[in-house]
Amino acid sequence: MRVFVNGDQRDIESATLALALNALGYGGKKIATAVNGRFVPAPARQTVKLADGDKIEVVAPMQGG
Amino acid sequence: MPFYGVDLSSRLLLGTARYPSPAVLGQAIKASGAEVVTVSLRRESGPGRAGQAFWSLVQETGLRVLPNTAGCHTVKEAVTTAHMARELFDTKWIKLEVIRDDDTLQPDIFGLVEAARVLSDEGFEVFPYTTEDLAVADRLVEAGCRVLMPWGAPIGSARGLNNVYGLRTLRAHFPDIPMVVDAGLGVPSHAAAAMELGYDAVLLNTAVAEAGDPVGMAKAFALAVDAGRLAHLARPMEPRDMAVPSTPVFGKAALGD
Repeated sequence: MRVFVNGDQRDIESATLALALNALGYGGKKIATAVNGRFVPAPARQTVKLADGDKIEVVAPMQGG
Repeated sequence: MPFYGVDLSSRLLLGTARYPSPAVLGQAIKASGAEVVTVSLRRESGPGRAGQAFWSLVQETGLRVLPNTAGCHTVKEAVTTAHMARELFDTKWIKLEVIRDDDTLQPDIFGLVEAARVLSDEGFEVFPYTTEDLAVADRLVEAGCRVLMPWGAPIGSARGLNNVYGLRTLRAHFPDIPMVVDAGLGVPSHAAAAMELGYDAVLLNTAVAEAGDPVGMAKAFALAVDAGRLAHLARPMEPRDMAVPSTPVFGKAALGD
């Protein structure tokens, strides 16, 4: 299916957010996630099913003021 | 004055952005003596995974982090970012920014109060980035904020304290709320002035990060914050319009004709 990861279009096979994150190389990283503008807590990533056109946001700690 | 029950011995909170290198950032944090550093959440993209390296650096400092909602323009964005920050940094603290105007980075005070209420009700400990407006501050306290962070001037402007009267009034009106002047400071004398007004701390970033020598400037700000705090505790004299000789007139030799 075709989804958007941090604004970039990606074709993925993964059924859940957790599987998609692993496939995209985010496994074990310090990140937080949202799908279609809604926060997805880490424990819920395994149960969140992805659908065509979903917009996934993956954020990490960054410099800030 | 404790910040949500946390006593800090340093009254300087330092931002982590815009430094010339991670090494300089680390040295500047050390030189500043800060016990709290602000951080943000941004997209983790690209093979470099920059966020992971940055997080390692922050962890090495062992300091408390204050995540922000920088760049958020709506209540929904800010609240969602706060949720992500709570999970990512394992803290209830959130520096709440809801921005209205992109030129001045002036907060959307209506959105700010609304987001502060939502987050306070959810158990967050909110550090709202606000203006010096007394009525807004009152609304924020009503919404559950137990810290206020009025700006000195627009973020990154280095203009210092634009409205000393407003900041003094705010301080006087909320004697029991810890207050931090956040944003707009450019040089250490600005920080000293904020502390002399009785503010509990200052939060700065660009003034240190974009100085020619960020490490030296971090140290200078630390000294200024301490000087301003000591001056406040020492109760400065009141200004007056006319000169008063400091040397006694009594006893002056009569040397005229």
